[in-house]
Amino acid sequence: MTTDTAVRRSTGSASSRRAFTAILWRDTLVTGKEFWVLLIQVALTPLFMLFIFAKVLSQANYVSDEYGHLLLPGIVALSAFLTALQSVAFPLVMEFGWTKEIEDRLLAPLPTNLVAVEKLLFATVRGLISAIIIYPIGALVLGSAPWQPARLPLLLVVLLLGAWVGAGIGITMGTLVTPARIAIMFAAILTPLMFTGSVQYPWPSLDSLPWFKFITALNPLTYCSEGVRAAMVPDVPHIAPWICVVVLIISAVAFTVTGLASFRRRALT
Amino acid sequence: MADRDNPAVSVRDLVKRYPKRPVNAVDGLTFEVSPGGIFGLLGPNGAGKTTTVGVLTTMVRATSGSASVAGVDVAADPVGARARLAVVPQRSNLDRSLTPRQNLVFHAAYHGVGRAERNAKAALLLDQFGLTEQADIKVDWYSGGMAQRLMIARALMHEPEVLFLDEPTTGLDPQARLFVWDRIRELRERGATIVLTTHDMDEAADLADRVGIVDHGRLLALDTPEALTRGLTGQSVLDLVVLPSELDQPHALVAALEKVDGVERAEQIATGPDLPISSAGGPGGMAEVPGAAPGAPGFPTASGPNGHGATGPDLRIRFYLSTDPASLLGPVVAVLTERAASVSDVHIGRASLEDVFIDLTGRALR
Repeated sequence: MTTDTAVRRSTGSASSRRAFTAILWRDTLVTGKEFWVLLIQVALTPLFMLFIFAKVLSQANYVSDEYGHLLLPGIVALSAFLTALQSVAFPLVMEFGWTKEIEDRLLAPLPTNLVAVEKLLFATVRGLISAIIIYPIGALVLGSAPWQPARLPLLLVVLLLGAWVGAGIGITMGTLVTPARIAIMFAAILTPLMFTGSVQYPWPSLDSLPWFKFITALNPLTYCSEGVRAAMVPDVPHIAPWICVVVLIISAVAFTVTGLASFRRRALT
Repeated sequence: MADRDNPAVSVRDLVKRYPKRPVNAVDGLTFEVSPGGIFGLLGPNGAGKTTTVGVLTTMVRATSGSASVAGVDVAADPVGARARLAVVPQRSNLDRSLTPRQNLVFHAAYHGVGRAERNAKAALLLDQFGLTEQADIKVDWYSGGMAQRLMIARALMHEPEVLFLDEPTTGLDPQARLFVWDRIRELRERGATIVLTTHDMDEAADLADRVGIVDHGRLLALDTPEALTRGLTGQSVLDLVVLPSELDQPHALVAALEKVDGVERAEQIATGPDLPISSAGGPGGMAEVPGAAPGAPGFPTASGPNGHGATGPDLRIRFYLSTDPASLLGPVVAVLTERAASVSDVHIGRASLEDVFIDLTGRALR
């Protein structure tokens, strides 16, 4: 053994830091190689939603022109949340259940929790990037977009937290679902999440449907959508930003805890 | 290698019980592997081998007992243990999002090997494992043998002190198997400790310096393959094909041969084209056929010119011996010469590791 190797094994925290950085770099490289996959994954569902609801239906006079400005914030929130969720959940199901690709990273000299934290971190960043990509494309589809530079910090905080919650839900799902049940589980979980998250309607507008208002209040995506709306179209009635931020932080921490526990249970038998 | 005083692998009273299972997968296992050399962990399917390796490689949490690798307790310091060990699993777990070369380079990066060093090392190992030409294609295009070679190369990237190989040649063609065996022997020469789980007895007998046989989560035997098979003498076998003199009676001849010292029993076994005993034999003469089970008709025998399909006056006689078969050949032939009989074929069946294995773990299917 070379002295190099001996030094390499000297301290646990140094080895953990190096391994964490290397795993993060691996994900960056893999994402970079398949950037168009990310683009399709990020953009397709929200853009179609935006195109049909705000452009087509508005041209046909079924919805008003302002609806586009109300929907775009929801779409931006949805893509941050959904991209983060999917970019951790789908690969994890395959890596744990079938290809076992994750084993080499689990055997790297760093605590198992950090492997999960890296997944969370990377998925959150992907969620943020997708929100940043979707905003200008959405503006192109609609022909115009709301823009409130003064509220940019709120926008970024809410999107970051929304992506983090999505990543937390993704890691929890990804470690609980077996490959055989992936299709049914994702259909049963993702679709309701997408449509009860106040993406397509502001939450305060649901007064005439109290039961649905209650259900949407349980979906953390609601607080991301409402927070983004508060930052982009403050004139539209919305949930107070501080409530959005608090609920998002609580959800993010809760799903991170369940996600890490579930990840550990899956990684170590 | 780091520490010659500590055992490379130490397992003490190890117990693993999976939730909702009635019995312990590992049930009070204790053994040590000293540094250097190849240790074979043998056992039938479900004996607890993979669970034991799982505990040692920090992927399975023990219910009780302790385990350490290169002097590091795997439960107390899993990160330290992971830095010192490498695992080659039975089924490919290569990173399919990366090229083969990147698989090696990133593995080394996870383990903190510097950029220049890991690139140079990856190139060297790809060359040694004959994968340079296919180093930058998709891992999905690799055959089973290539994936296995790449996984061994990957395991060597961070110079582990202990290398765990889980059934390293299952499913490989003979060329790939020989190649992998050669690489494993080279590793031993470089001073690494190798722990090999297998149920291929030839592999264990060929490669392992010491062998531990486990079943039902317990250790049944631990010794060198030679010592283990030597323990089974009394079950070695000598087969002769004899042309007796025309005046002699077969049973009288057999009775005379049974009186030779060291022969526990001799019996005439039938000959003829339909018999299975000679069909699996080698090229004839003193072929030593490993992988045979004791107690007829398991022992394959060599078929000489007259062996297969012999008819007429030829006699096939099997001797069950309590000593080394080779040393009895002289006295037996002396008796035959005395009675004007001639020998046309000889086969020595030595007890193999498989016999030891079957003797210890039984014949029941798992």
